[in-house]
Amino acid sequence: MAAIQETRERVATVGEKYKYGFVTDIEMERAPRGLNEDIVRLISSKKGEPEWMLEWRLAAYRRWREMKEPAWARVHYPRIDYEQAYYYAAPKIAEKLGSLDEVDPKLLETYEKLGIPLHEQKLLAGVAVDAVFDSVSVATTFKAKLAEAGVIFCPISEAIRDHGDLVRKYLGSVVPVTDNFFATLNSAVFSDGSFVYVPKGVHCPMELSTYFRINASETGQFERTLIIADEGAYVSYLEGCTAPKRDENQLHAAVVELVALDRAEIKYSTVQNWYPGDEEGRGGIYNFVTKRGDCRGRGAKISWTQVETGSAITWKYPSCILRGDDTVGEFYSIAIANHYQQADTGTKMIHLGRNTRSRIISKGISAGRAQNTYRGLVSVHPRAANARNHTQCDSLLIGKECGAHTVPYIESRNPSARIEHEATTSKIADDQLFYCLSRGIGQEEAVALIVNGFCREVLQQLPMEFAVEAQKLVGISLEGSVG
Amino acid sequence: MNLLEIENLHVSAQGKEILKGLSLVVREGEVHAIMGPNGSGKSTLSYTLAGREGYEITAGHIIYRGEDLTLLAPEERAAKGMFLALQYPVEIPGVTTMNFLKAALNAQRRARGEKELDAISVLRLVRETAASLNIPEDMLRRALNVGFSGGEKKRLEILQMALFKPVLAILDETDSGLDIDALKLVADGVNRLRAPQRAMLVITHYQRLLNYIVPDRVHVMAQGRIVAEGGRELAHELEAKGYAGFVKDAA
Repeated sequence: MAAIQETRERVATVGEKYKYGFVTDIEMERAPRGLNEDIVRLISSKKGEPEWMLEWRLAAYRRWREMKEPAWARVHYPRIDYEQAYYYAAPKIAEKLGSLDEVDPKLLETYEKLGIPLHEQKLLAGVAVDAVFDSVSVATTFKAKLAEAGVIFCPISEAIRDHGDLVRKYLGSVVPVTDNFFATLNSAVFSDGSFVYVPKGVHCPMELSTYFRINASETGQFERTLIIADEGAYVSYLEGCTAPKRDENQLHAAVVELVALDRAEIKYSTVQNWYPGDEEGRGGIYNFVTKRGDCRGRGAKISWTQVETGSAITWKYPSCILRGDDTVGEFYSIAIANHYQQADTGTKMIHLGRNTRSRIISKGISAGRAQNTYRGLVSVHPRAANARNHTQCDSLLIGKECGAHTVPYIESRNPSARIEHEATTSKIADDQLFYCLSRGIGQEEAVALIVNGFCREVLQQLPMEFAVEAQKLVGISLEGSVG
Repeated sequence: MNLLEIENLHVSAQGKEILKGLSLVVREGEVHAIMGPNGSGKSTLSYTLAGREGYEITAGHIIYRGEDLTLLAPEERAAKGMFLALQYPVEIPGVTTMNFLKAALNAQRRARGEKELDAISVLRLVRETAASLNIPEDMLRRALNVGFSGGEKKRLEILQMALFKPVLAILDETDSGLDIDALKLVADGVNRLRAPQRAMLVITHYQRLLNYIVPDRVHVMAQGRIVAEGGRELAHELEAKGYAGFVKDAA
């Protein structure tokens, strides 16, 4: 018996490549399966939300009932049964927490395992962290220091209660309730997420960061993030994501809205490492995310950087609406798909204002039997005189059974616009690999090195402390892809 | 002591036999030159020694430091002191030369069970070594071999040789494509690395490199075999007579 147990453990360790695949045993509170108006009401009342918020959610829910799941992306998956999922799960906590000390130690342990800095040592790193566990925000560090600067960084559920006017003014103003199937679903059932407001002229004194964790099984995660940079403000924000290994597929449908007013700048970085499924393509997160930034004021700038290594399916197009004159939108992306992963990701740059500029750099890496699609839109509206876009789209293939696809859409309705699109597809050459090997660098390290080189322009956009983590992740994601 | 013993080596690549019974012995501290016309199998020999995929040994054996070399993966050979300076060094975009050197140095150290060097130590070591070879520092910050001139690429190979301190260095046509100044620089670097415990296998098409790197032994290769052997004077004889006579003998 003991021997069997030992073997089992041994096998489990060997199979363990996804190091975040653990499950935390914590008492959970869950709403019943399925979705109806009562569930929406329950979520809203759990959060102690005002009436307007409930009405907003119900309107979204009713709209969602009428909508069809989109089918245009190059991803294939069995039909999702929305009636079988849970829409609300939260660690059972008797009372509202006053400080970190009152958080369930098991929860803190989970974050320790994830390497998330929740304690004071993190002050050194200068990163303020909001952690969202399943759908509930657990702790926000450095609230006081941020408050000194006038920055609001808190769970969105708290913002709805305490900063209702701000939330009401901006929520849904970038991604309308009616936007798309997944965003509308999110609008009805989102249970938490982060809220950031940086007041006029304030340069946020530290990197803000949220770690998202899906723990409960059969539970959808629907976070909602809203970031507002007022006139002349600056903020850099990073989100990280992990989830346990499970054989079933789990749905993640988040919405992120960014609003940059006059001369404000928002830098939003993502290191997405949701469980990608196993080598046979079992399990993994379905990641259907709507992210959009609105450069609402003159001279505003929004920059998206993403490192997408996880999820069985990625459906995600962080976009910029360049509404104000002289605004700038940037999109830097690394998407890695290995084994049976499918990624359909890209961006939309909507040029509305004059002298608007956008830059897109996308690096797609496919290995195993994965399919990786870049899908992007550059749209120049009639008023957008002198709009500029430069797009560079590079694909790297590892092995013979994967695929890379590039689907760029370009629309220009102003003759003064200048739009450039460059695309390349390459393979890791045998002579590159041999060169590394002959210098003593092993196969997997060589692949990681070459791929990191391929992604360098994008990695350079990440905040320092996360760039190192992202580089390692690039290596881990491609383990077993050669040889 | 014999560092490398190759006996009756037959190697095929892409279904074609290229080495047809090559034998060669290299002792510690010796510099051997292998000369031969195009297509004689010189590069196949260097790739086979380094363990490149696609070169199949069909007969014979290679003993390196008392071990059957063919049982070692290419990266293990490197960790055990074998170094191949390539005829055409490869470009790796986005990977800075410094970063690459750090990865290689530490991978070899790890494999030998030595402690890895931290970034600062690597930086110092590489800078010092580069300075001694007249390699400008900006080269170290550029992506590996990307946009390097032919001379720069070859000098980077010599820099690696100096850093890795190999036991057996194989220089595969390091002189090709170099003007006389670059050739002198490279030869200078090589000569400084001559040491009693280090052997070198200098593969070249032309005699002129051997004016600068003076070998202990010269082997003439033709049609996949060593067809003549001798001291340094053999190189001069070759220069005078050309390969034609030797090739005919082999056929």
